[in-house]
Amino acid sequence: MSVAIEMDGGVPNLKARLRRAERLTKLKYIGLIIPLALFLLVTFLWPIGSLLYRAVANPEVIEALPRTTQALRGWDGETLPGDDVFDAFAGDLDGNRRSPVLAGAAKRLNMEEPGFRSVLINTARKLDRQPGQSAKDAILAVEPRWGDVSAWRLVARNGQLVTPFYILSALDLRITDDGAIVRAPDDQAIYVEILLRTLWMSVVVTALCMLLGYPLAYLLAQVSTGTGNLLMILVLLPFWTSVLVRVAAWIVLLQKEGPINKAMLALGLITEPLQLVFNRFGVYIAMVHILLPFVVLPLYAVMKSIKPAYVRAAISLGAPPFSAFWKIYFPLSLPGVGAGGLLVFILCMGYYITPALLGSPREQMASYFVAFYTNETINWGMAAALSAVLLSATMILYVIYARHFGPARANQITPR
Amino acid sequence: MSGFSLRWYEEFFGSTTWTDALKNSLIISPLATLLAVVLGTLAAIGLTRASFPGKALLVSILISPMVVPVVISGVAIYLFFSPLGLSGSYLGLVLAHAMLGVPFVITTVTATLQGFDFNLARAASSLGVGPVGAFFKVTLPIVGPGIVSGALFAFATSFDEVVVTLFLASPEQQTLPRKMFSGIRDNISPTIAAAATILVLLATALLLVLEWQRRRTEQMRGTAGSAVRPPRRGLLRRRMFEG
Amino acid sequence: MQTPKTLVILALALSTTAFVAARANAEELTVISFGGAVQKAQEKAYYEPFSKETGIKIVAGEYNGEQAKIKAMVDTKNVTWDVVELESAELYRGCEEGLYEQLDFAKIGDTKNFVPKAVSECGIGTFVWSTVLAYDADKLTTRPASWQDFWDVRKFPGKRGLRKGAKFTLEIALLADGVKPADVYTVLGTKEGVERAFAKLDQIKPNLQWWEAGAQPPQMLAAGDLVMSSAYNGRIATAQKEGKNLKIVWSGSIYDADHWAIPTGTPKQALAYKFIAFASSPGPQKVYSSEIAYGPTNLKAVEALDPKRVADLPTAPKNLEGAVASNTQFWVEHGEELEQRFNAWAAK
Repeated sequence: MSVAIEMDGGVPNLKARLRRAERLTKLKYIGLIIPLALFLLVTFLWPIGSLLYRAVANPEVIEALPRTTQALRGWDGETLPGDDVFDAFAGDLDGNRRSPVLAGAAKRLNMEEPGFRSVLINTARKLDRQPGQSAKDAILAVEPRWGDVSAWRLVARNGQLVTPFYILSALDLRITDDGAIVRAPDDQAIYVEILLRTLWMSVVVTALCMLLGYPLAYLLAQVSTGTGNLLMILVLLPFWTSVLVRVAAWIVLLQKEGPINKAMLALGLITEPLQLVFNRFGVYIAMVHILLPFVVLPLYAVMKSIKPAYVRAAISLGAPPFSAFWKIYFPLSLPGVGAGGLLVFILCMGYYITPALLGSPREQMASYFVAFYTNETINWGMAAALSAVLLSATMILYVIYARHFGPARANQITPR
Repeated sequence: MSGFSLRWYEEFFGSTTWTDALKNSLIISPLATLLAVVLGTLAAIGLTRASFPGKALLVSILISPMVVPVVISGVAIYLFFSPLGLSGSYLGLVLAHAMLGVPFVITTVTATLQGFDFNLARAASSLGVGPVGAFFKVTLPIVGPGIVSGALFAFATSFDEVVVTLFLASPEQQTLPRKMFSGIRDNISPTIAAAATILVLLATALLLVLEWQRRRTEQMRGTAGSAVRPPRRGLLRRRMFEG
Repeated sequence: MQTPKTLVILALALSTTAFVAARANAEELTVISFGGAVQKAQEKAYYEPFSKETGIKIVAGEYNGEQAKIKAMVDTKNVTWDVVELESAELYRGCEEGLYEQLDFAKIGDTKNFVPKAVSECGIGTFVWSTVLAYDADKLTTRPASWQDFWDVRKFPGKRGLRKGAKFTLEIALLADGVKPADVYTVLGTKEGVERAFAKLDQIKPNLQWWEAGAQPPQMLAAGDLVMSSAYNGRIATAQKEGKNLKIVWSGSIYDADHWAIPTGTPKQALAYKFIAFASSPGPQKVYSSEIAYGPTNLKAVEALDPKRVADLPTAPKNLEGAVASNTQFWVEHGEELEQRFNAWAAK
């Protein structure tokens, strides 16, 4: 390094140089992180950010009806808008009678008021202004709906570049004509229920995983290395096997004429084949199977680090075996319970493939609705809003996880 | 049920849709793995060596693709990549799969590096091989197993990935799991079972490689003695899977 | 000393550009259809002979009618699907939204040769199919004859299958509730009509199992998972050919046409036209309808078909008795709203 040549000596200078050299190395190492950080920025953070923006973005109506929305800015919202608005509206429609942009606006307005799609499209297609006729008369002649203040309120409301509509819908809320926020009608209110269902199913799966995983991890931690390795392979093999293979296997096993039903029939346990799949039961079984290693492994690691001497000491001091386990061993294994449990819970919340293949509509969780709105009704605003809700729930849990068990704290629960 | 035959394997290997899907998987997964390993390993080294404010937060962000519901990542990437011409392309899938694999590389490599004495690399570099030489001659052989484990995880993630592929891929990029997904939806034919068997064999192979790597690490620890500060057995494994 | 890293990046860049380039150069045409038995028949009738004749490779993809990918491609002018098979409502809506090219029929054939409903602004009908009530005659001693029987849980205990979605499900509910085929869409056009349909569905909700892919109903019927199901008639006919004793109830069936359309802005428009023209000609259509029991749209193909085959088609006069013609305009207008409502209803 060129710095080394200036030799005017002195301790402070040396210190400074040392510091500078250290800073340089530090920068070099930070430099190593930058490619990944940039990569994730482009493939992950930015996409998610722009998805979340779609939850409030509202460009459709402004794009299709720029002059109308501009003219409506000055409107009082109480009486039918004046001729200037009708003129602007007729002008906007003239500009894009058959354009996809207009269809986009029609679709957007239709979301808030079913049936409005045809109102707008028909007006655009049929509007035919006779010489001398005012825009207002021509428009009202084609579509009397425009004589109603509420139609204009709908357009005016969507003359803003951002809208609370999607987020409110994702929380089963509606905004009324006069701006009040009310609950959605019962037959359409679904998302709060879906969110609660997602949480509840995650609770059940996590609890079942824990119930099965804790004794298993305990066994793994107690047996000799040879047996332990073998058992570990048995835990890991399914872990490495494709989720799709496991889901397919469960369908085959659990179906009406599958081996499980056949065996139970043959044993006389049941007289009619049971419905074991395409319902909640099938989804739980497969999810527990898939997620079990995620609790077993952290639990195992923590348990392996608990010195047998502690429990032995407790027993030798007179504690009965169960109470020695409960008072000494169990509290020591809690970090594993927390890490494994929270991890499984977080993963559960985002499950899509397993419920989609093994469940009925009543087993579908939040992810399904994100996919539904993305693919089937092409309502990307709604998909984004539901994503925002699901993502917030996940992130809250992830922050807890990262704080307590994550990489930053890893050393503290590293087995010593 | 009359005896066994290889008929369904013939059906699998005889049908272009299945072999194309396998081929696509074998193109996309290795490239995604490579990308994830290169970026992830560099970052892991940086993260282990540098300390700066907000590092814990950065680590949490870098490994968050693992916990963000994959449907959300899928939709987000899909809507973001489409205008860039990256949806319906191999490149788009490789990038997305690499993104999903990166957290596994970071966690496994960081775990191995925590047991690594960087003075060795410094010593080597002062003996005249330069920092890059030191990396390839000293650091890499020792942290190699961690990188291999991370790579296997990244590979398995990509090779089993359905959701992002569902959104992003065109029929030309139909991968094996994607094909299985629609196959399971339609009906579980014996061809699916044949495909499943292939995937199970692959899983077994991955697991065996990993197990072999682990044993080798333990042996190396014996011979290299002080070279690697003895990382406890459980640590490596826990950190690998904990993510 | 930078070589290895640079090499890796170089290799990555090279291989990926190679793939991108590969797509652009090869003479390929991506055709997306509904998969399963439909796709198999299309391969035999259209894709293979077309490739043989022209040397153009058909990349056959499948989907369940979701329009999102097409919209994303068209919006971003990065269209990789060249020809798409569509149900009528999606075609009309997509046409309105600019997702599909307005067709130049001069490049396809004389419109007089097609059944009238097959010709529209952005699409050409390729076959007529029907949603029918189907059951396994080996498993049922009393035979269902109508959608009323479908609702009769006492007489026919067990699960019933319907296609997951509002389209056709709501019509079926109204038919079961005694609405005359001719009045179905008038009733469904009112708020009360929609309530009535959902109320009717509520009656058998616990007994319903939803299917999505056309291959599912015949399989689930044969496996005994379902006692009866709505199904695409062609899939049932294919299963019959494979030796399953499945039966079709034609009365109360709902028929619709599927269409070929060209997503706006595909770089392979000329090839797409070539394919559509080929697939709309009588010879291939005849092969298609012999492979799967869907009615051809080319009148000359109808003439050329084996009369015995014609009896299996939704377009046979006998099968049209008591059948409902799907009302495309209704679904264009109400589709999004009713699908969302249906989805919310089903998930509860």
